[in-house]
Formats: sequence, C-alpha cells, structure tokens
Amino acid sequence: MSSKIKDATIPTIPFKARLSRWFGRNLLRIYMIFGFTYLFIPVAYTFAFSFNDSGKSNLIWKGFTLGNWQNPCGAPQICDALGNSIKIGFLATTFSTILGTMIAFAIGRYQFKGRSSSNLLIFLPMATPEIVLGASLLSLFLVFKINPGFWPTVIAHVMFCISFVVVTVKARIASLDPRLEQAAMDLYANELETFRRVTLPLVAPGIAGAALLAFSLSFDDFIITNFNSGTLITFPKFVYVAAARGIPAQANVIGSSMFFLALAIVIAGQLVNRKKAR
Amino acid sequence: MSIDPIEARGDLRLTRITKSYGDFKAVDDLTLTIPKGSFFALLGPSGCGKTTTLRMVAGLEEPTVGSIHLGETDITTTRPYQRPINTVFQNYALFPHLTIFENIAFGLRRRGIKDVKEQVDKVLNLVELPHLAERKPTQLSGGQQQRIALARAIVNRPALLLLDEPLGALDLKLRRQMQIELKWIQREVGLTFVHVTHDQEEAMTMADTIAVMNEGKIEQMGSPADLYDDPETAFVANFLGQSNLIKGKIDGNDGDNLVIDLFGQKISMPKARSHAVDNSLYAGIRPEKFRISRTGTSVRGNSLTGGRIEDVSYIGVSTQYVVAMPWGQELMVFEQNDDGVPPFNKGEEVIISWEPNFTFGLRGDEDIEAGTEVNPEEIDE
Repeated sequence: MSSKIKDATIPTIPFKARLSRWFGRNLLRIYMIFGFTYLFIPVAYTFAFSFNDSGKSNLIWKGFTLGNWQNPCGAPQICDALGNSIKIGFLATTFSTILGTMIAFAIGRYQFKGRSSSNLLIFLPMATPEIVLGASLLSLFLVFKINPGFWPTVIAHVMFCISFVVVTVKARIASLDPRLEQAAMDLYANELETFRRVTLPLVAPGIAGAALLAFSLSFDDFIITNFNSGTLITFPKFVYVAAARGIPAQANVIGSSMFFLALAIVIAGQLVNRKKAR
Repeated sequence: MSIDPIEARGDLRLTRITKSYGDFKAVDDLTLTIPKGSFFALLGPSGCGKTTTLRMVAGLEEPTVGSIHLGETDITTTRPYQRPINTVFQNYALFPHLTIFENIAFGLRRRGIKDVKEQVDKVLNLVELPHLAERKPTQLSGGQQQRIALARAIVNRPALLLLDEPLGALDLKLRRQMQIELKWIQREVGLTFVHVTHDQEEAMTMADTIAVMNEGKIEQMGSPADLYDDPETAFVANFLGQSNLIKGKIDGNDGDNLVIDLFGQKISMPKARSHAVDNSLYAGIRPEKFRISRTGTSVRGNSLTGGRIEDVSYIGVSTQYVVAMPWGQELMVFEQNDDGVPPFNKGEEVIISWEPNFTFGLRGDEDIEAGTEVNPEEIDE
C-alpha cells in the first residue's frame, strides 16, 4: 500500500479535541509552573534588589551595583545583628537537637507511665501562638529576676525548637526496624556499641534534618525574640526596625545568601543520598 | 564477661522453660536437648511458640521460668552479645548503612578479631558471592541477602546458629535450592543449626531431628522418618503430611500384633506402634500406603471393603483418589502411576488394602482435626 493512500485514510482530529487533549496532558505542568512562580517571586525580588544601587531606601530600582555584595556589612548594625542571630541559632540548634533527640528516643522506644501524655504535651508548644509563648516567657524571666538578653533568648528558642526536633526524629525512629538493633546485639555489640554503630547512623538523617529545621526556626524568629531579647539586636529585629525608615539593600544580600546556603545544603544532601544508594 | 566459646560448646539444654505474657503462655514447660553438631528443626504452625523459644535461646527474650544451658554454662540471663550464638533473622536484618563486607565483618570487629579481611573473604567464597563485598544490602536480591545474612552469622563460628524462618521470603524454586545449600554448609562448617519453620517439607529436607511444637509444648520429637511413619498424636499425623484416621476398638492380641475392629472389619497392627491408652483408638494410615483393588480381587495384608471411588485427580506421578467408606468417612489414597493399571473411575466399588506394619495407633480421645485447620503458609509475628 502506498503511503499516500495510508495518509488519506487517517482521520484528522478536530482542533478543539486536540486542544483539550493537550490541556489534559499538560494541566498539571501548567499548575506547577504557576505554583512555583508564586512561591519564588518574593525570593527572586529579594535577590534582584540586592543588586539595587539604592542609597537609603530599597524600594525603587535605581540601577545595578555589586557594591552591596562587596560590602554586606555596609549598613550600620546589620552584621552585629546577623552575628547574634547566628550565635543564638547555633546554640539553640545544638541544645534543642540533643535534648529533642533524647526525648524522641524515650517516647519512640520505651514504655513508661505518662508516655502518651508526654507525646501529646510535646505538640503543645507547636500549637500555642508565639505571641502568647513570648509574653509568658518574658513574665516568667522577670519573676525570676532574669533580665531579657542573649541567654533568655537562647532558652526561649530551645524551648520552641525542641517540639519540632522531637517530631522529626521520632518519625525516623518509628521507621527503624528493631530487628537491626537485635541483630547488632546478636553480633556481639553491647548496648553502647549498638547505639553508636547501628541506631545512631540510621537515625542520623532525621537528626540532621531536625537540626536544620531548628536552625531556620531560630534564625527566623521575631515574635518570641522580640519579647525576650531586650536591647539585643537580631537579624529579624534589625529588618523589622529598619522597615520603618527603609530596609538597606544589604538585608537583601544576607537574605539571598541564606536562601542559597539552604539550597546548597539541600542539594548536597540529595547528592550524598544518591551516592549512598548507588 | 562474655562466655568462652570453647567452653560453652556442647549440647543446648532447655530445662522446664515457660514464657508467659500475662495469662498467655507462649512456651509452656518446655524441656529440650539439642545435641552438638546437629541440624535441629523446631516445626509448628504460627503462634506455637517456636519463635519465642528461639528468641530465648538468642537472648532477645528472657524465660519467665526455667533455665538454658550451653554445654556446662548457664546462659539463661546473659545478654545476647555475651552468648556464642548467632541468628539468621527472618527478614535478614542486614545493616542498610554498611557494605556487605562490613555487615559480615560486624561480629568479628566487635570481638576484636585480627584477620577480619581474610575471614570475611573466606565466608564470602563459601556462600559464592565474593564479588558483592562492596555493595549495599538494598542492591542485592532476596536470595543474595539471605546468603549474606547466613555468612554474617557463620563467620563468627558460633557454638549455635539459629535460623528464624530463613527461607520464608524466597520463592519456591530458590527455597528448594537454599535448603540443599544450607544443609551442605552445615556439614561443611560443622556447627549446630537450630532452624525454626512452619514448613514441614523444609524441616524434613534439612533437619536430622525435628521437634513438632503446638501451643507452647513439644508434641513429638524425632527423625523426619520417625515422625512421619509413627506419629504419636493426631496433630503430628496431620501437620506432617496427610493422614487417614479411622476410629476403631482394640479387639484382642495376636502375638506382637493387636487386632483392631474398624466398623466391623478386622485389621491388625504392631503393638509397638499403638499409642492408645485404653481400648479405643484411631488407626492411622498415610494415603500413599494404601493400595486400591477392584472388589472381588484377593489382596495382601489389611483390607477394608465396601469403598466407592468418590473423586479422582490425576497429577502425573500419582493419582489421588477420594474413597467413600460404608461408615460415611472419606479416605485419601495416593497411587503411584507405575503399574500400568488404568486409573479407577468415579463410582467404582473397590477394596483398600495395606501392610499392617504401616498402621499407627492414636489415642481414641484425640481430636482428629488437630493440625489440619492451621494454615501452614502463615508466618509468625
């Protein structure tokens, strides 16, 4: 049969049907593009305006410059605030990760009286409005004659980070096959070695995820920090105060850097996982 | 304070072990000796207590009452890592974050053994997977994981190797192959293997001695042939293969034989094979021990007349018949297709006969359904 006849016998699909078919196949893709655009426009805006030759207020585009990136501490106080936030974030992450991991093991692995109520109570700080937590913590500190400042802020951050750490690590522990630990014990590893060689390495990704979460929660926190930090300036506080008279472009530089740092960590994590799986 | 593996090498003795969970007794007053160097199987349906028994030997559970000895050493309360015992777990429990090499080396490293590399390579060769040393467990097939789990245990040369349904996750063909391989490896390394399974065929293929467990107790223990040919209880008769159990009365003695009345027809059987306690008993005959003949022909040995073929299934090596007897019972008969006689047809009147020595006698008060209703495909846990 010649191809000409064959072509002629194939019925053409009407344009409308083809269009609706195309939509049917690509609807999810279109939706996804809209979704991501919505999520990333603020980030893109922040990044773009970090190159704005803004002068005092960074609201209107005045021209491209690399000056903000070359001198990120250019705005007064901004790097002190950043330093404080990093210090607080680091301490809060360390303490909340250690304590939260221990709580997660206790709740996830052992039967004890009050286990289910502890399980419930651990969610409470997550559900309580931050404004309430911040205010009541401040009054608590004042009752004990502790002045707001660096350490009260760290304590406050540890408190609200713990819940998130517990929930994250507990999920990882729940997915851990108890027979792996039994196998380790069967193969001459005592309790400590079993924990170090089998339990901890297997739960580690959960702990790392929890630590990242804790750091970003702490770094980001404004409401609770505002109540308990006194005169101490953190990065969110700096941005909030600066907003009244115009946020310097350096804030965009730092914000963008944090974003790219987080992105780099996530990508690195993915790469390590993929390498492990191979 | 770990146990010297040389001193502890010897028979494993469980003495009056009970394990209770609240009111439920998973293991009930169990006494058992497993001789050094043997391939021993604990066989039973799910929930019979076999896995609990194994876990107590491994040290993962502690008995409520009773003691466990390995050689002369009491190991009842020692921790799992203090026992010269290793386990092949049901789903292998390979460490997913370690390579195959490190999985196998795990036990050696914990004990501070020097020539780790040499020993791991040797055992990898034994299970014929030396090329997989640097892989991760998830990259292996089920059969390969099974062998690595075995290698990880035997590399330690334990006094006792425990196998918890080790072949349960493999398909039938691979299971058959691994059964033969396990048996070969056991002879090769000369360790005591204790194998827990619900699969009677697997137990009979591999083990020298089988203990059949039911409801936390041992029903009967012996070689596969002993258990099959002379079961002492209805549970064993039904759980290991199939049995025809016919209700009867002991009618008298004839030398070393008993005369049994089965619904008016007299048969005989050796006295030594009767486990009846009074005059009532069940006469047990395996389906393949029966012969079928047309009514009117003369037959040797015991015979029962008045049967009628109810169903015929031709399955190649044999033909399976269901024969309805005058007293309403249906008997299973397996005939080898080796005599050129064409199969009998449905509805034909037949005589069933067998050698008296193949008969076994069970107590008359037994539940003849015991061991038939359990689903052998179920796996513990």
